[in-house]
Amino acid sequence: MSAMIQIKNLRKEFGPIVAVDGVSFDTPKGEVLGFLGPNGAGKSTTMKMVTGFLPPTAGTAVVCGHDVLKDPIAVKASLGYLPEGAPLYGDMTPEGLYKFIAQVRGIPRPRRASAIDRVKSLVKLEGVMRQPIETLSKGYKRRVGLGQAILHDPPVLLLDEPTDGLDPNQKHDVRRLINEMAQEKAIILSTHILEEVDAVCTRAIVIARGRIVADGTPAELQARSVRHNAVRLRVRASADAVESELKQIATVAGVEREASANGVARCLVLAKPGAVIAGDVAGRVRAKGWAVEELVVEPGRLDDVFRDLTMSPSAGSRS
Amino acid sequence: MRGLVAVIKRELVSYFITPVAYVFIVIFLAMNGVFTFNIGGFYERGLADLEPFFSFHPWMYLFLIPAISMRLWAEERRVGTVELLLTLPISTWSAALGKYLAAWIFAGIALALTVPVWITVNWLGEPDNGVILASYVGSFLMAGAFLAIGACVSAATKSQVIAFVVSVVICFLFLAAGLPAVTDFFSGWAPDIVIDTVTSFSFLAHFDAITKGVIDVRDLVFFASLAGAALAANVLIIEQRKVA
Repeated sequence: MSAMIQIKNLRKEFGPIVAVDGVSFDTPKGEVLGFLGPNGAGKSTTMKMVTGFLPPTAGTAVVCGHDVLKDPIAVKASLGYLPEGAPLYGDMTPEGLYKFIAQVRGIPRPRRASAIDRVKSLVKLEGVMRQPIETLSKGYKRRVGLGQAILHDPPVLLLDEPTDGLDPNQKHDVRRLINEMAQEKAIILSTHILEEVDAVCTRAIVIARGRIVADGTPAELQARSVRHNAVRLRVRASADAVESELKQIATVAGVEREASANGVARCLVLAKPGAVIAGDVAGRVRAKGWAVEELVVEPGRLDDVFRDLTMSPSAGSRS
Repeated sequence: MRGLVAVIKRELVSYFITPVAYVFIVIFLAMNGVFTFNIGGFYERGLADLEPFFSFHPWMYLFLIPAISMRLWAEERRVGTVELLLTLPISTWSAALGKYLAAWIFAGIALALTVPVWITVNWLGEPDNGVILASYVGSFLMAGAFLAIGACVSAATKSQVIAFVVSVVICFLFLAAGLPAVTDFFSGWAPDIVIDTVTSFSFLAHFDAITKGVIDVRDLVFFASLAGAALAANVLIIEQRKVA
């Protein structure tokens, strides 16, 4: 698999502010890369540089073999881009907009109608194709924007917060669409919705203050959570007894007590990094003869990882 | 090339799917009527020509052309569609030229709708149609120069109001460059060559020369090079100010 998007040491300064500070990564075909980070971390700026909209201060991006500094038109031709907030010409209809995009993108006249039809059914715009875009709901507008990005069936897709502002059903539809296209394309999507990463991404990059602070599969990121492999436990026993008993296990890092009632203790047993504690915890509970109401292994929370990575003072340095 | 054509088409259509085009054309034609027949004294003069018609064009364009050009870029920048437009596989030049040509074609359509005046004067007498044709060409060229200035100013701001006001002021300076209001500012302290240079930028002088019926290459070059320079500045401004 050759990389369809190569980002090489991209850097962008706005006056004294360094928005993007040396970001590099490659994205091969078939990968859906989730670009994560708090607002203002440099996600959108990085995307704008890859699309050739903003000139980088240093570094470059190569899309399908074309260097964005040397041949921006070829780069723009080979990618589809949904800008942040999906800006659209409000006075046009989706149909008018798509005809315009199709013409600019050089889709031959006989194939334009079928290309527009294909997108119309992919992003579900039946019935609103002849309505001015400014009269459409936010969800429709976002889908119109997504539609223009995939009209020419580009090998590379850059989507800046594609599901922002959509309701849960619409989010589901957009994610399904991204999953369907994933095999044939290299896709980068930025988001600050972490469940999205689980739902669609094969790889996640976390960026904070213009630098990459983590790069891995969603599962790898989850494994960095303090709650990774933690055991959620609900047993019939006194909370004090449970805590003191379980703390004696060598691989247990700690016990977080949660609200207990009616003689039922609830707690979260945290594992030491890399340790698997479910077996030991279950064994100890059985040995004490406590009746188990719940025993679940936690995969870890991306939220925690995200917060740790982007809030800690060392967030600026690579880890 | 296909990108240029697509941009022209989109822009031109967008004038007509909003009320902008109709309001503009109606006002342009109504003002032309008022200026020609009431203020210009078309009948009272007893002459079969369109001088009263054309002599007010520079002053009408001063306010009407910035009204066409103000939204060209300012609106794209305000809404953010400039990012959509400039990430399509077209050069900034094609985008800028396409928008400019669309606006110019639109101005041309408005101007073409004044042809009944031309027919009227032919019906009433025997005017020098060569002079009238030359005046139409001059008027169209002047509109093009005004538009290029307006498009350039529009690229520098997100506000259509600012684009309009600043365009009017800059256009006024070019229009009035040969009038005492401007030359007096320089006379007395600046050398003659400065005054001559400033005067040579006067739209009025170049337009008057053409409406006399003589299409001098120098006047054509003046309007064309002014529009070209404004367009080049337009492209530079867009390249520089994408971020804000």
